[in-house]
Amino acid sequence: MNPLAPPRAARWIIGLIVALVFTVPFAATVLFTLTPLPGGSGLSLDRWAGIFDPANAAKYRPIWTGLGNSLILAGVTVALVLLLFTPTMVLVALAFPRLRRVFEFVALLPISLPAIVLVVGLTPIYLQIGRSLGTGAWTLAFAYGILVLPFAYRSIQASIDAIDVTTLAEAGRTLGAGWGAVLLRVIVPNLRQGLLAAALISVAVVLGEFTIASLLNRQTLQTALLVVNKQDGYVAAIFTLLALAFAFVLLLVIGRAGRIGAGRKTP
Amino acid sequence: MTSALPLRALPETGTNSLLASTRESAGVQLRGVVKDYGTTRVLHGVDLDVAPGEFVSLLGPSGCGKTTALRVLAGLEHASGGEVRIGGRDVSGVPTNKRDIGMVFQSYSLFPHLRVLENTAFGLRRRGVGSTEARRRAGDALDLVGLGHLADRYAHQLSGGQQQRVALARAIVTEPRVLLLDEPLSALDAKVRVQLRDEIRRIQLRLGMTTVFVTHDQEEALAVSDRVAVMGAGRILQVGSPEDLYLRPASAEVAAFVGTSSLVPGVVSGDTVEVWGRRLPLVSPSTDGPSDVFVRPENVRIVGADDDGVDAVVETSTFLGSVRRSMLRVSDGTVVHVQHAAETRLTPGMSLRVRVDDVPVLARVAADSPAP
Repeated sequence: MNPLAPPRAARWIIGLIVALVFTVPFAATVLFTLTPLPGGSGLSLDRWAGIFDPANAAKYRPIWTGLGNSLILAGVTVALVLLLFTPTMVLVALAFPRLRRVFEFVALLPISLPAIVLVVGLTPIYLQIGRSLGTGAWTLAFAYGILVLPFAYRSIQASIDAIDVTTLAEAGRTLGAGWGAVLLRVIVPNLRQGLLAAALISVAVVLGEFTIASLLNRQTLQTALLVVNKQDGYVAAIFTLLALAFAFVLLLVIGRAGRIGAGRKTP
Repeated sequence: MTSALPLRALPETGTNSLLASTRESAGVQLRGVVKDYGTTRVLHGVDLDVAPGEFVSLLGPSGCGKTTALRVLAGLEHASGGEVRIGGRDVSGVPTNKRDIGMVFQSYSLFPHLRVLENTAFGLRRRGVGSTEARRRAGDALDLVGLGHLADRYAHQLSGGQQQRVALARAIVTEPRVLLLDEPLSALDAKVRVQLRDEIRRIQLRLGMTTVFVTHDQEEALAVSDRVAVMGAGRILQVGSPEDLYLRPASAEVAAFVGTSSLVPGVVSGDTVEVWGRRLPLVSPSTDGPSDVFVRPENVRIVGADDDGVDAVVETSTFLGSVRRSMLRVSDGTVVHVQHAAETRLTPGMSLRVRVDDVPVLARVAADSPAP
């Protein structure tokens, strides 16, 4: 064991505090959703049953619509990251290494801009987008593509730095691979970890984003949750828990997919 | 890694698709190749002819342009001027992946996500060879480099020498018209380096594959090449057989770079030069007057106290196994290296007498003599 590690008791206490920080709000939310309907007593699952009750379908429709929109947005955003951003990063690494600092600065910039400031700039752009591409929820993905840049950049760049992209690409070229084959068969398979992480964090950012969607009047999971929350706080809590569970499952799936690749490389 | 691998027999021709192949290698020509990076010119009109099946080394110190020349040949760099021909065809406009070359890099270049066999089959698959056929031929190529048993490993599970062997198998499995080797041995330790060097030459001879080998190690270049092109400052200084370069260097730069030489003062007159009271023939004509003469350690001989020669004092003596090499300070103040039998033990401070063998030598106008 690391001789610099804190003593056993201290470690347990630290662990316990951290665990409480995470579990108390979670448990409180669960308990809250188990509050019985007026007239009932003790704990009950009535409110959970209520959201699946066909009689309430109309009332919760915004949430399902919002969830659907958010999932579409997540998909389009991940597609932007993988199909546009990743090839660009590889291109910078291979052909324009001197642009790397500039590129990094631009990619990290969005993290320093508050969402509210972004919206001010985005509004006129979205007026144009609305005219040319319609006001479909998916168009928000352009804004989200920018929002996730800093996170995606970090994880993908770490993977690029971990391999010798230039030599691998040149080896691929001398073996007869065109640029497409070099990208898809040589470089991307070796960036797998970073791409998975970038996709995961993009999904997490998109599912949790509220400000931009709300100010641009798009219906997403978060904006719908707010609407429902105003009508019925219990139901909003249930959907929050469901969203958490969903994100957790997604994390597991993506993490598992990543380990299949990693497992082969570990001695 | 303490002991050398036993010398390995190459597989039987009949059972190995690569050895049985009758594909012909191509000749390579560089014509006045110029390469500029911004305002810096790194290649000043390089001309080189490599015959089909020939093994030619580009030898020179780092920064002399040898790797750039190879990369221009591979199409990884675009020449700023001049012509590159492979098999008689101008390939200036042909991208790397269509040049039908094989290349081994200085840094490890195996694809980390693929097993050894898949790495080796990569080039065949890109050429549209079916999976089964590609795996069979990749297996044959791995047998050729002696690593058939490691086909299922990943690159990180191999030693450096093994990785470069796989890289070699991967480069030759497609039977390229030209094999390009960019200092493939420089990351390896000394023993593995010599082994792999000899093996590359053995395989190259068996396959009859045109090969251009870039190295800064003159011993390596002399050991494996049919011909060596010595480069300096973006130019080819001399092209010749290893013996030519060693025995008849065309210039002081080549003499200084190929083999070890001591610079000894002498006086040129006509086609001879006087060194330590002896007249030696010149390899190439030089200007009359005080000169620096290149003398190889094996051409300096220790003689008896009463013989012709000059007095010298031993400074250091190094045991090299089969021979010893000692550094002597001659009475005129110059320091010379002498190679002698290992049994002759010299101790620092010892006085003795040496002379230089009667062999052709290279002389250049002495650095400190006034211009004529």
